Amino acid sequence: MQLIDLAWWQLALAAGLVLALAACTQLARLDIGKTMLIAAVRTVVQLSLIGLVLEALFSVAALPWIALMALVMLLMAGREVTARQKRRLTGGWAFGIGTLSMFISAFSVTVLTLVAIIGPEPWYAPQYAIPLLGMMLGNTMTGIAVGLDRLTDAVWRQRALIENRLMLGHRWQEAIGEARRDAMRSGMIPIINGMAAAGIVSLPGMMTGQILAGAAPTLAVKYQILIMFTITVGTGFGTLVAVLAASRRLFDERERLRLDRLSTPLK
Amino acid sequence: MKPAPRADTPSALRAQALGVGALSAIDFTIPPGHILALSGPSGSGKSRLLRALADLDPHDGSVALGELTQTGVTGHRWRQAVMMVPADSQWWADTVGEHFPDGAAIDPTALGFGPEVMGWQVSRLSSGEKQRLALLRAVAHQPRALLLDEPTANLDPDTTTRVEAWLTELTRRHGWPVLWVAHDPAQIQRVADAHLRIAGTQLEAVACS
Repeated sequence: MQLIDLAWWQLALAAGLVLALAACTQLARLDIGKTMLIAAVRTVVQLSLIGLVLEALFSVAALPWIALMALVMLLMAGREVTARQKRRLTGGWAFGIGTLSMFISAFSVTVLTLVAIIGPEPWYAPQYAIPLLGMMLGNTMTGIAVGLDRLTDAVWRQRALIENRLMLGHRWQEAIGEARRDAMRSGMIPIINGMAAAGIVSLPGMMTGQILAGAAPTLAVKYQILIMFTITVGTGFGTLVAVLAASRRLFDERERLRLDRLSTPLK
Repeated sequence: MKPAPRADTPSALRAQALGVGALSAIDFTIPPGHILALSGPSGSGKSRLLRALADLDPHDGSVALGELTQTGVTGHRWRQAVMMVPADSQWWADTVGEHFPDGAAIDPTALGFGPEVMGWQVSRLSSGEKQRLALLRAVAHQPRALLLDEPTANLDPDTTTRVEAWLTELTRRHGWPVLWVAHDPAQIQRVADAHLRIAGTQLEAVACS
């Protein structure tokens, strides 16, 4: 089975529907019409560009270029993690911790999956490596951003409580323990829910795509299970590492709570 | 070589060239078993001074409890020895008892509670009950010095007298050096062996009769 080609005018039809929706929201004075249209234009431009980049990358298929692409994806994800936190660690620590923990989790799990499980030839074949890494980073990024945001927010609100525990002679790990466990949990819950709902409530995007592209549903299901597991592992370890590192950074060498290391929220 | 002091040997609390916030070059010594009252207008830095002594805020100068220096041990070990009780105590678990160390010898009757207090819900405590239980909780952690931030602020006169008697008796018995932030001159008269008042960047001694 061959994937049915889509012409640009057919996409224009779908775009017309988006325009209609924007017009309706404008009539209802929801005040999001403009945001929606800008986002729609961004979708077209960004995806078209990435399409060109991927075509070029696939035709070259050289490791240095693929590594460069992976690095750019990682840095963009790190920037996104930083932007999603209300109170973030200052001095580049928010970006550093987010990016490093994604590097540790998403990168190593992707490489492990490529080398040990899927085994394409060569192992870095961009048709496998780039989409896999993209899915890993996208989910890991969300988990880490949620975890870090929850941690810094909880510490900010529970300052008096954490310091009272310090006054009683508790170690910093005990004093922040509850906030830390809470942050780790909230970073992992979305992906756990995703696994629980897969196939019943939602048909995962990658599986849908593979079926559309003509793959046998049973093979698509196997790939989807693999992806679900690797995403869970990547998100889980990434969140653990990020929350651990950030909570350490919230205390100094004298085990004092240092909220001056958090930025004040903008606006 | 002199023998290492036992962990519970009464020791003096000594601050040298301490600087935090507006305060600078503060020196004082509290001998074992003595209560030093600290007063000053609100915002003058009383709580910050206490926080510096407990090493909760970065500060200048050095603090020592007998042979134990603040920088010589980890933060949590220092604070376990030199324990601060804040004016507004915090409770994180559901029941009172969960906040006390396991196997601690506690006598809640001394502060007017029955033994069943350990099963009480924290959410139903009044501010006065919280304040008394916070003192009890600090003592149960077996400190060697106490930093008290207005320990009777939420208490009625009768309970205040009771807490004062309990604290002074424990202080003498264990030989703790105690720094006690207080506003009420009558209370300072009753409990303190010495009295310092914050004046600008310095502490000035106030005569105690």
